[in-house]
Amino acid sequence: MIEINQLRKSFGKLDVLKGISTTFEPGQVISILGPNASGKTTLIKSILGMVIPDSGTILFEGKDTSIDPYYKKKIGYMPQIGRYPDNMKIGQLFEMMKDIRQEKAHDEELLHQFDLPSMFNKPMRTLSGGTRQKVSAALACLFNPPVLILDEPTAGLDPVAAEILKAKIHKEKEKGKLILLTSHIMSEVDELADQILYMMEGQIKFNYTIADLKDITGENKLGKAIMEYLKAETYVESN
Amino acid sequence: MLKVTKYVLHDIVRNKILIAYTVFLFVLSCCMFYLDENPDKAVSSLLTIINIIVPLVSMIFTTSYFYNSYEFIELLVAQPLKRTNILLGEYIGIAGSLTVALIIGLGIPICMYALNPLALTLFYTGILLSLIFTSLAFLCSVATRDKAKGMGLSLLIWFFFSVIYDGLILGILYSFSDYPLEKTVLVLTAFNPIDLGRIIVMLQMDVSALMGYTGALYKTILGTNWGLFISVAILLVWFIVPLLICVKIFKKKNL
Amino acid sequence: MARKIVFLFILLIAQCSIALAQQKLIVGPKEKYTTIEKALAASKNGDEIIVKKGIYTSLNITINKSITLTGQGQPVLDGKGKDEVLTILVNGVTVNGFIIKNTNIGSSKDYAGIRVFKANNVKIINNTLQNTFFGIYLSDADDILVKNNKLTGTGHPTQSGNGIHLWQCNRIKIENNTIRRHRDGIYFEFAKQSLIQNNLSEQNNRYGLHFMFSDDDKYIDNTFRNNGSGVAVMYTKRITMLKNVFEKNTGSSSYGLLLKDISDSRIEHNKFSLNTTGIYFEGCSRINVTNNDFLQNGWAIRLLANCESDHFENNNFKGNTFDLSTNGTHFQNKFINNYWDKYEGYDMDRNKIGDVPYRPVSLYSQVLEKMPYAVMLMRSLMVNLLDKAEKAIPSITPEIIKDEQPRIQSIAR
Repeated sequence: MIEINQLRKSFGKLDVLKGISTTFEPGQVISILGPNASGKTTLIKSILGMVIPDSGTILFEGKDTSIDPYYKKKIGYMPQIGRYPDNMKIGQLFEMMKDIRQEKAHDEELLHQFDLPSMFNKPMRTLSGGTRQKVSAALACLFNPPVLILDEPTAGLDPVAAEILKAKIHKEKEKGKLILLTSHIMSEVDELADQILYMMEGQIKFNYTIADLKDITGENKLGKAIMEYLKAETYVESN
Repeated sequence: MLKVTKYVLHDIVRNKILIAYTVFLFVLSCCMFYLDENPDKAVSSLLTIINIIVPLVSMIFTTSYFYNSYEFIELLVAQPLKRTNILLGEYIGIAGSLTVALIIGLGIPICMYALNPLALTLFYTGILLSLIFTSLAFLCSVATRDKAKGMGLSLLIWFFFSVIYDGLILGILYSFSDYPLEKTVLVLTAFNPIDLGRIIVMLQMDVSALMGYTGALYKTILGTNWGLFISVAILLVWFIVPLLICVKIFKKKNL
Repeated sequence: MARKIVFLFILLIAQCSIALAQQKLIVGPKEKYTTIEKALAASKNGDEIIVKKGIYTSLNITINKSITLTGQGQPVLDGKGKDEVLTILVNGVTVNGFIIKNTNIGSSKDYAGIRVFKANNVKIINNTLQNTFFGIYLSDADDILVKNNKLTGTGHPTQSGNGIHLWQCNRIKIENNTIRRHRDGIYFEFAKQSLIQNNLSEQNNRYGLHFMFSDDDKYIDNTFRNNGSGVAVMYTKRITMLKNVFEKNTGSSSYGLLLKDISDSRIEHNKFSLNTTGIYFEGCSRINVTNNDFLQNGWAIRLLANCESDHFENNNFKGNTFDLSTNGTHFQNKFINNYWDKYEGYDMDRNKIGDVPYRPVSLYSQVLEKMPYAVMLMRSLMVNLLDKAEKAIPSITPEIIKDEQPRIQSIAR
C-alpha cells in the first residue's frame, strides 16, 4: 500500500534519513520505534507530505505522493501535539475538516465516546492537552480512512480515554486498515502492534514482527527483547 | 483555495490588532479631513502617515499572524490540499482583510469628505502597498522558521524601504552632485515600492512644484497615462514576484 | 456782457461749421469708395470713414490724417502675410471694430497689426487681431487708449512677437483686452505712468506681461494664466500690482511673478495659484507684499539673498509644496502676521496669533537648492524626519527667517 524507496532527508548538515526503503501493507499495525532523533517523526511527516525528501520516492497505492496530494484523503493523521487555530471552537473545527476534505463524517464513534459534542462550543485555546489529543484522535478516525498514522496516540490521555483509543485501534485493525504508530510505551506497542520498525540514526535497524523478535531473542517482554537484540547486534558488529 | 481563505477570514475578523488598525485609520482619516479646511492638505498629511503605517502594519501583522497560524497550516498540509492553494488561500485571507481595513479606515472617510481623484489615488496606492507588503511579509515568514527572526527580517525590510533606501539615494545625489543623475534617481526610486507609491500621489498633488526644475522630467515621464501604467505595473511586480517566490519556497518547506 | 454773448455766438457758429464740414465717407464693395485707401485720399482731418462688412486687402495702409476709422459688421483687413496692416502716424486717430489679420512674420522687422508711431491721443477699440506677428505696436506715443481688443498671435515658439508692445510711451491705458499666443502678452519698455486693467493674458510663450525700465505703472484686476511666466517686472521702480490673478504658469523656469531689480512697489490683493513659483524676487528692495493669497504653488516665494527691506504681511499660504526658499543665510526682509497652513504651533492665549514663530524655509527646500534631483524624495519619511529634526534644532536653515506672529486661521477674502 505504501512503498518507500531510498528515502533521504537532511536538515542542513544533519542527515536525518539516510536511505530508507520499506513497504507497509493493509491489515498491518506497524510501530515505528527508535531513540530520540532517529528520524521517526521525519519519516511519518514525509509520508504525510509535510516534509519534502531530498531524494527517494514514496508510492501510495503505486502512485508517487509528491505529484498529487489527493492520497491524503485516505490517511487519518493524529499528530503528537495537536495544534489548532486558537479562536476556533471544537464544533467549527470538525465542520471545517468536513468542508475542506469534502466528505461526510463516516465514523463518529470516538467523537461520542470522548463526549466531544458536549464541548463543541469551547474554543481550542481553552482546551487541555488531553482534550486536544481526544480531538486529534476523533479527527483522524472521522472519515474512516484506510490508513491511520498515529504519533504518540496515548500520550497525555487519561487512562480511560487511552483504553477507549486502544480499543478503537484494535477495531480498525480488524477492518484491515494499515496503522502506523509511534510510542514510547513498550507495553502499549506490545499490545497494539504486530510489527516493529526500529530506526536508528536515520536508518532502519530492523523490521520484524513482534512474534519473530521475541523468538529470536527468547525474551517475553518486548522492551527487553529489543534491548537484547540491539546488544547482540552491537556485539556482532564489534567483532 | 477559497476554502482556506474562508477559514482565515473567519479567524481574522475577531483579531484585535486588525480591528485596532481599522479604527485607527478611520479616526485618523476623519480627523484629518474634518480638521483641515483644505481637503488636499489633509491628503498630503494622510499620504505621509499612510506611507509609514500601511507597510509597517502589513509587515508586522502578516508576519505575526502567519507564525500564529502555523499550526493551522500544518493541519492543512496533512489534508488533501495543494500547498500552493493553502498558501494563496492564506494570502488572500490576510491581504484581503488588510485591504478591507483600508477600505473602511480610509475609503469611507474619503467618500464622506473628499471624493476627488487625488484622494482616490492615495487610496489605490494604499491598497497596492498593503498587497505588496503582505506579499513581502509572507516571503519573510516562509523563508525563516523562527518567529523572532521572521519578525526582525520584516521590520528590517520595512525600515530599509522607508528610510534607509531614501537615505542612500540622498547620499548618492550628494556624492555625485556634479553628474546628471535625474534618470538614475528615477530608476532607483522605481525600485522602492514606497517611493513609487508616494510619487504616484505626488504627481497629482505637487503638480506645480514638479513642473519646475528637474521635476519636469519626472512629470513628463511618469505623469502620462503610459507612465502611470508602468508605475502600476512595477507595483504589481512588487506584489506578484515575492508571492511567487514564496509559493516556490513553501512547496519545498518542511513543516 | 454783450460782447461776451456775441463771442459765445460766434463760437457756436464756428463749431457748427466744423460739424458741417465733418464728412462721413463710406467704404464698401458697392459704395462710393471701394477701398479704404481711396476714402483716405478723399478725406480730411476730422472725417469719419465707415467701412462696411467685407474683406479688404490691406498692405500697410498708412493713416496720416486725424480721422475716425469705423468698421461696421466687423470688416476684415487682411495683410496676406506680406506687410503690416495699419500704421497710424498722426494724433487723434480712432480705429474701431475691425478684424485685422495675417501680418508678415519674420525676424528682420517687427511687423505689426496696428502700429502707432509718434502719434498721441489715438484710440484702438473693439478690434480683433488674428495671426499677427506683433499685435498693437505703440512707439513714441502718449495718451493712447487700447480697449476691448482680442489679440491672437501665431503661437509659434520662435516666430511670434508681442501682443501689445509699447516703446517710449506715456500715460497709456490698456483695458479689457484678451491677448493669447504671443511672445509677451503685453510688453512695456520705457513706458511710464500707464494703467493696465481688466485684461486676460494667456498662453503666451514668454510672459503674460513684461516691464523693462518702465516706472510708475499700475496693473489691476488682470488675469495671467498659462504663460511661460505670468508677469516679469525688471529694472523698474514704483509699480503697483493689485487684485491680479496669476495662475497655472508652470514650467521649468516659470513664475507667477518674476521681479528682478525693482524697488518701491506694491503687490496687494493678488492671487497666485498653481504656479511653479508664485513670486521670484531677485535684487528687490522696499516691496510691500500684503493681503495676497498663495495657493498650491510649487514654491510660493523664492526670495534671493540680495533682496532687502521687503515686507510680507497678511498673506495666506495654503497648499504650497514649499512656502519659501532662499539661497543664502543673509536675510533682511520681514514676514509678519501671515497665515501658513504648515504652521504647527499653538495659541495658548487665544489671540489668534501663534505663540511660537513659524519658519517658512524647510531643510529639504535648502537641500533642493543644492541637489535639485532630490525632488523625487519629497514627502518621504526620511525627508519628513530631517525636516522635523531641523525644526527642533535649526542648524542649516537660516535662524533669522521667521514669522514671529503667524496667524492661526487663514484670512477670509
